[in-house]
Amino acid sequence: MCLGIPGEVVELLDPNTHLAKVDVAGVRRNINVELLGDENVAPGDWVLIHVGFAMAKIDEAEAQRALASLQLMGQAYTDEVQAVVESQIA
Amino acid sequence: MRFVDEYRDPAAARALVSCITELAGDGHYKFMEVCGGHTHTIYRHGIEHLLPTSVELVHGPGCPVCVIPMGRIDDAVAVAEVPGVIFTSFGDMMRVPGSKGSLLGAKARGADVRVVYSPLDALRTAAENPERPVVFFAVGFETTAPSTAATVLKARKDAVMNFSIFSNHVTIVPPLRAILESPNLRLDGFIGPGHVSTVVGQLVYRFVADEYGKPFVTAGFEPLDILEAIAMLLTQFSEARCCVENQYTRCVSEAGNPRALAIMNEVFEVRPQFEWRGLGFIPESGLKLRPQFARWDAELLFDVPGVRVPDPKACQCGEVLKGAIKPWECKVFGTACTPETPIGTCMVSSEGACAAYYNFGRLHRQVAVTMGGPVSAGTVP
Repeated sequence: MCLGIPGEVVELLDPNTHLAKVDVAGVRRNINVELLGDENVAPGDWVLIHVGFAMAKIDEAEAQRALASLQLMGQAYTDEVQAVVESQIA
Repeated sequence: MRFVDEYRDPAAARALVSCITELAGDGHYKFMEVCGGHTHTIYRHGIEHLLPTSVELVHGPGCPVCVIPMGRIDDAVAVAEVPGVIFTSFGDMMRVPGSKGSLLGAKARGADVRVVYSPLDALRTAAENPERPVVFFAVGFETTAPSTAATVLKARKDAVMNFSIFSNHVTIVPPLRAILESPNLRLDGFIGPGHVSTVVGQLVYRFVADEYGKPFVTAGFEPLDILEAIAMLLTQFSEARCCVENQYTRCVSEAGNPRALAIMNEVFEVRPQFEWRGLGFIPESGLKLRPQFARWDAELLFDVPGVRVPDPKACQCGEVLKGAIKPWECKVFGTACTPETPIGTCMVSSEGACAAYYNFGRLHRQVAVTMGGPVSAGTVP
């Protein structure tokens, strides 16, 4: 729950639901970008995702650093990615 | 310097360790890392054994799984066992023991307990099962509280009336103050939490430096981030400064995320008191739904026992969470209490100090001992 995972915004979906499609570790899932409402999130942006919500906009270099660091965590990272894969936010 | 080779930039790590050693000199500095993610990084990469003996790290209460008291787990199990209820939870919480077992135990006994990644998954479960009450076990600091709040607003907007929240959200500043107020605790400064600070920003920590005279440096999660934050804390001492600084500017801004804070404040109000494992009741440290969201408040909809259960006698999570003892100094560490059969919360979460030390720290420590590296007090378990 506490692991923030970086994802790349692929597409903004319905603005009423604040949903965006993101690529997380090669998997595409929907997340909510309402909490970054003041930051004009656009496709190509990288965001830090917690429990299905984008919490902070980050640059691509930081996203890659964070991913490399998370992968070193082993099981905790695998579990988090698996949880993202099983998520079906709509 | 065996561990340094695992780092992204070993040369930078060596340079920082030299810098830290020089700055610390003949002194002895004790810094608390507040965040469980930092604790994990410290043990995973053997940072304690890179540091000179003049710098000691203690692990704070920043893992939301670790600070939840047994009574709240019992309440969650009681709600989960109400016939017809679908009880949803983050995976981290499933194995946390209450006095009558865990949510995993309740599931084994037939309760419909489901792991979700996001509160929005819990809300979707409610929309798909309109005839059944669906409860979400909401835990976490300001890192997750805004997400729960946004989900409650969506439940209201979409009129999902069979959905409710069992709120156990907590805030980061009150436990810091409680630690600073606790007698007999010697701390020289704080390595500030990373992700929660993306939401709350930096200004909220000013009191640590201004009122208590302790430097505070917010840090990222890589080993180099932690080392750099320690060097920044020591630099403040060497320059006779005391302030709040931000090592993690890549993610954390001064003001945090005002939109997230606004949504959180719209949905939640502060409880007068909330119980923390090992720390007891801390004033104004927990969040509950505001009265206008009572329709989605599981504490009002269900018969929540609300019984206060003391921590198991053998368990010393409280001392570990306050930084008073190291994980291996607990009487049951690694014997009666292991990640497979945890007695205390610190052994459950991968970010808990005990589990992180059990999984990684012991090995680093044994290697450090055989190589004659710096090892702090205590024996190798």
